[in-house]
Amino acid sequence: MGWYVGRRVLQMVPVFFGATFLVYALVFLLPGDPIAALGGNRTLAPGVIAQLRHQYHLDLPFFQQYLIYLKGIVTLNFGTSYSGLPVSEIMAQAFPVTIRLALLALLFEGIFGIGAGLIAGLRRGGFFDSTLLVVSLIVIAVPIFVIGFVVQIVFGVKFGWIKPTVGPEATWGELIVPAMVLGSISFAYVLRLTRDSVSENLSADWVRTATAKGMSRRKVVSTHVLRNSLIPVVTFLGADLGALMAGAIITEGIFNIPGVGHALYQAIIRGEGPTVVSIVTVLVLIYILTSLLVDLLYAFLDPRIRYV
Amino acid sequence: MSESALFEAQTRFVADLEETPLGTTDQVDESTPPGGLWLEAWRTLRRRPLFIISSVIILLLLAVALFPGVFATQDPTHCELQNSLAGSTAGHPFGFDQQGCDIYSRVIHGARASVSVGVLTTTITVLIGGVIGALAGFYGGWLDSVLARVTDIFFSVPLLLGAIVCMQAFPDKTVVVVALVLAVFGWPQVARIMRGSVISVRSAEYVTAATALGASRTKVLLRHVLPNAIPPVIVIATVSLGAFIGAEATLSFLGIGLNPATTVSWGGDINQAQNSLRSDPAVLLYPAAALTLTVLSFIMLGDAVREALDPKSRKR
Repeated sequence: MGWYVGRRVLQMVPVFFGATFLVYALVFLLPGDPIAALGGNRTLAPGVIAQLRHQYHLDLPFFQQYLIYLKGIVTLNFGTSYSGLPVSEIMAQAFPVTIRLALLALLFEGIFGIGAGLIAGLRRGGFFDSTLLVVSLIVIAVPIFVIGFVVQIVFGVKFGWIKPTVGPEATWGELIVPAMVLGSISFAYVLRLTRDSVSENLSADWVRTATAKGMSRRKVVSTHVLRNSLIPVVTFLGADLGALMAGAIITEGIFNIPGVGHALYQAIIRGEGPTVVSIVTVLVLIYILTSLLVDLLYAFLDPRIRYV
Repeated sequence: MSESALFEAQTRFVADLEETPLGTTDQVDESTPPGGLWLEAWRTLRRRPLFIISSVIILLLLAVALFPGVFATQDPTHCELQNSLAGSTAGHPFGFDQQGCDIYSRVIHGARASVSVGVLTTTITVLIGGVIGALAGFYGGWLDSVLARVTDIFFSVPLLLGAIVCMQAFPDKTVVVVALVLAVFGWPQVARIMRGSVISVRSAEYVTAATALGASRTKVLLRHVLPNAIPPVIVIATVSLGAFIGAEATLSFLGIGLNPATTVSWGGDINQAQNSLRSDPAVLLYPAAALTLTVLSFIMLGDAVREALDPKSRKR
């Protein structure tokens, strides 16, 4: 296990540098002059431009800019946005909201996905199973922004059960329905994964042995079927946390949630390079870190992985 | 093998030689010619309702994308404000949107953008990801390590996040630009699957046999490994074609995808629908339904192809 952990962590080092470089290059190397855009329709005085370029290190060679940015990541100093606000302040306001949203979504897809998947898997081919399969297929196919709109219109405007938009506080209660929208596609995946895994494990040798030695069905399912079936599901859920946070931009836009996706979108529209780079980097690092943890968790739960 | 079939085989096996001429027991079934993996898969596929339904929808979609004029005679960009949000009338079955454009012809003409982005992106990802994955898996060693890390780097930027950041740099948002941007972040998935598939095929006996017979490395890769490693890639390509269409719609919905002034697209129309959604759900319903049906049929086709190409799942 020690070897495996060491190798996986070492593999992350080039990925860390490569991914941060990629993100930085995407924002700053692609065409478009962020400083010129600052002036809007008016052209800025050459002196002002030079001063701004110097302030944001844009006058340095690209690679040197990248190193300064890398130093900023390591020391958690993300610099200031073009509008003068510290980027870390923008992120400190936005991240807790998105983390709450993603955790709620994860909770939703975990509880309902595993629950429904278990029932469907145990009665494979039954009415419940077939219905759920069709429903999950449709949920996967409907774009998330359409789901969001329909939920907002039907439950928020028509029935008035929920507030159509989330307030600036973005409390846990307000975020429940947006979280369900955000987690809906993953919910369908968790459901299908659990169902396939459960129905496959039902015919496993150890399950037959357990039944043969007289264990009750309930015990067989809870200790032998479910526990083994959960290995791929748990790893999916772990990897999904990073994906949910990165994918929150749509849901946050529809429900007007002041989270990371919202901040990122605003920054992109306004051409706020430093803010965009910082937010995307943090999101990518979270994504890398969760997939690393999930890989290690997988190796811990399923010893077969370690020897591949 | 089921129990009764086993029993039957055994009784035939122990039958007297006079009763059962050798010819009949040893005969190979020649009524259907032996096909390779592809013919077998095709025979399984054409009996599956899932495959038939999804391929009919996809063929129809392709026809609509190629010849929209046949399906809708109205010009999708001809809009009259006096028709704003009007209900369905003769010749305009879906009614009008806020700008007074005919929703039906916009839905029909929107197919081309989605299909082009989907097909183009999938082609690029399969080419890039296929080549990188095959080289990494087949040659192994340091080449594999380098390519695997490069794949990991691009894989660590989620598709939509990377595309959203990238799109702002392009003032001219055409189908090709959107497809290229999506492909930049889409190929690692294909590369990973191709690499795994090539590795599992590489150690097969027929590959060893070909090498032993003196085939060159390149020939072994091209003639023996690649054709057998391709099935999982085809499955992922089918499913991700639908996913790329969804991603394009999402970008257009956010207002940073295809330029709504020059290209009619479902995502762009759904974006426009936001303004009048509460008074007239039809503006959202039709483009969203077209989009969903398209993505759904590619997912179903992928499912059907997966089952046909994977003998393990065929048993059930």
